[in-house]
Amino acid sequence: MNYFPDEVLEHIFDFVGSHKDRNSVSQVCKLWYRIESYSRQKVFVGNCYAIGPERVAERFSGLKSITLKGKPHFADFNLVPPDWGGFVYPWIEAFARSRVGLEELRLKRMVVSDESLELLSRSFPNFKSLVLVSCEGFTTDGLAAVAAYCRQLKELDLQENDVEDHRGHWLSCFPESSTSLVSLNFACLKGDINLPALERLVARSPNLKSLRLSRAVPLDVLQRILIRAPQLLDLGVGSYLHDPDSENYNKLVTAIQKCKSVRSLSGFLDVAPHCLSAFHIICPNLTSLNLSYAPGIYDNELIKLLRHCHKLQRLWILDCIGDKGLEVVASTCKDLEELRVFPSDPYVGQAAVTEEGLVAISRGCQKLNSILYFCQQMTNAALITVAKNCPNFVRFRLCILDPTKPDAVTQQPLDEGFGAIVQACKDLKRLSLSGLLTDQVFLYIGMYAEQLEMLSIAFAGDSDKGMQYVLKGCKKLRKLEIRDSPFGNAALLMDVAKYETMRSLWMSSCEVTLGGCKALAKRMPGLNVEIINENDQMEFVGGCDDDRQKVEKMYLYRTLAGQRRDAPEFVWTL
Amino acid sequence: MEGGVAYENGLNFKATELTLGLPGSGETEGQGGVRNNNKRPMPTPETNEEESQAQAQIVGWPPIRSYRKNSLQASGMYVKVSMDGAPYLRKIDLKVYRDYPELLKALEAMFKFAAGVYSEREGYKGSEYVPTYEDKDGDWMLVGDVPWDMFMSSCKRLRIMKGSEARGLGCGV
Repeated sequence: MNYFPDEVLEHIFDFVGSHKDRNSVSQVCKLWYRIESYSRQKVFVGNCYAIGPERVAERFSGLKSITLKGKPHFADFNLVPPDWGGFVYPWIEAFARSRVGLEELRLKRMVVSDESLELLSRSFPNFKSLVLVSCEGFTTDGLAAVAAYCRQLKELDLQENDVEDHRGHWLSCFPESSTSLVSLNFACLKGDINLPALERLVARSPNLKSLRLSRAVPLDVLQRILIRAPQLLDLGVGSYLHDPDSENYNKLVTAIQKCKSVRSLSGFLDVAPHCLSAFHIICPNLTSLNLSYAPGIYDNELIKLLRHCHKLQRLWILDCIGDKGLEVVASTCKDLEELRVFPSDPYVGQAAVTEEGLVAISRGCQKLNSILYFCQQMTNAALITVAKNCPNFVRFRLCILDPTKPDAVTQQPLDEGFGAIVQACKDLKRLSLSGLLTDQVFLYIGMYAEQLEMLSIAFAGDSDKGMQYVLKGCKKLRKLEIRDSPFGNAALLMDVAKYETMRSLWMSSCEVTLGGCKALAKRMPGLNVEIINENDQMEFVGGCDDDRQKVEKMYLYRTLAGQRRDAPEFVWTL
Repeated sequence: MEGGVAYENGLNFKATELTLGLPGSGETEGQGGVRNNNKRPMPTPETNEEESQAQAQIVGWPPIRSYRKNSLQASGMYVKVSMDGAPYLRKIDLKVYRDYPELLKALEAMFKFAAGVYSEREGYKGSEYVPTYEDKDGDWMLVGDVPWDMFMSSCKRLRIMKGSEARGLGCGV
């Protein structure tokens, strides 16, 4: 390979797509490192504090697209205090200074200020794509800047962000000359929308393929939009409240019939629980359906809709579908690969699905490889059956609403059930456990889960042995997050070098002490060991008292950037 | 640990498990849930209500994004409920109930009354109290006449009528 000129190597590397593969390629020799670095256009940074933006810009001079993830995963569930960190501004500023030709920015769990959006929109003339998932810190004013100044914008995709809404004028900030939009998703916005501006924008965007509306978009506007954009592949309905006898509804039916290309349907954020039959005509074409924000669709209406969805590959649904509804899915959706069943009432916690629904799905959907299932109860027998029926799981996440509930029939721990899953599913990369679990389940995980990269543990295990089995056995582990489990210093300190092979470790409400964390930090300077000390629970005293102080929340991660300088008062880096 | 049951795929993990106990010392732990770790919620048998209250007190559980939690809560259909003679009104979320029996049960519990048996012909028989609602047109209707879906989308407020006023609505007492 060394006899080829650089351009040939570069061309060959073009075919190497995944980040993992490109990382491997870059480690072969200095020449390959150099060529791979300047030819890599898409960079993935799984932890924004693992490396500094200047270094990224310097190494990847051809960088066009970057994905950044900020807060630890458990921040999604309010376990991380606000102001913890994860700010995107320094990245945008550094890239602007280094004149990076940024075209795409994808962020997850980061704090995005209006200021950073304004800087973004003014610094990168070729900027095309902004995707924000589970982010916060910005308002619709920031969106207005993006709309106004990103002349080549193709994609604005806002998924489940907490956005302060200053009303709907941001949509009218797209200039009349802006005709390049391919994807627009503002479903998570809560405020009013400038509806005429939206209609005009859709009318002048012939390449629009994906459109997800917020609740503020009523039925008559939807109908007019669909008439203008029959080429849509992905539609998120905003509000679906109407009178079935009205003329608007009839017009809508006609408009939907023209949308023969729609493959993905979502939304129904406000919905009257009848007359979804207008959509039955496009259901047979759907490969993706997300009704997880539509608690108004259930029982017969839901079943009728699902019976038309023969080609579904991905289904996100609420648990009001019930076990019976899941049986319908099992018999109708033979191509199903991913299923997510969310709780429709998180506060009361009376989920409507049990192990029976899961078993039915496993019997009917042989191609299933990814599941997230919130349920009332589970049994070992069911999990064993599921493992036998579906050995292809890559992601398996089970959440029993009562986190320490045993097998509903035998009252035993669910160790054997999860053991069967990890043993059967040789490609399992992500696993979330729940229910009554002892150290035994971790023995199985350490023994069988050879490809496991991410493990989420809550209220499980009996002793340090549990965590030790996992650390010893799971060679490919990248992210480990644990809450409310009796793992302490012996487990934490068993193999400190392991943490440099992982992205991060989160432990909250466990048995680790300040002394243990300090010892770890001392031995591993390549890690940031952060303690979150809310409400001044702890004192940084030192001495033997450290071993009596339990650490409520610890987050450690490997890094090349050293201690972060933006940590708030309540975060100590040891 | 507990186990030793034969499974579908013939695995018996008990034979290969590691324990620190002496050979032959099997331990049992009652319901399999009594632990020393006082961080866990107690897995004792409780009524459904207590159980869900205990769950509600665990921070960050169930593990769903706050965005999702907030939007499901926000999508409730809250209506005022008044009862003749009661000093103050209550509010309920109609979306919580699946059908009329569930709604009536909740109202009966909330205001401590019995609604009687509903029939299309005679309304609510056997009770002084009659559940009524104000619909979109401003008319006062008897709860139970129209399909549940239609009721949900047209009900603006509820009123539990009592006594002589209720007789006009077909109360059979």
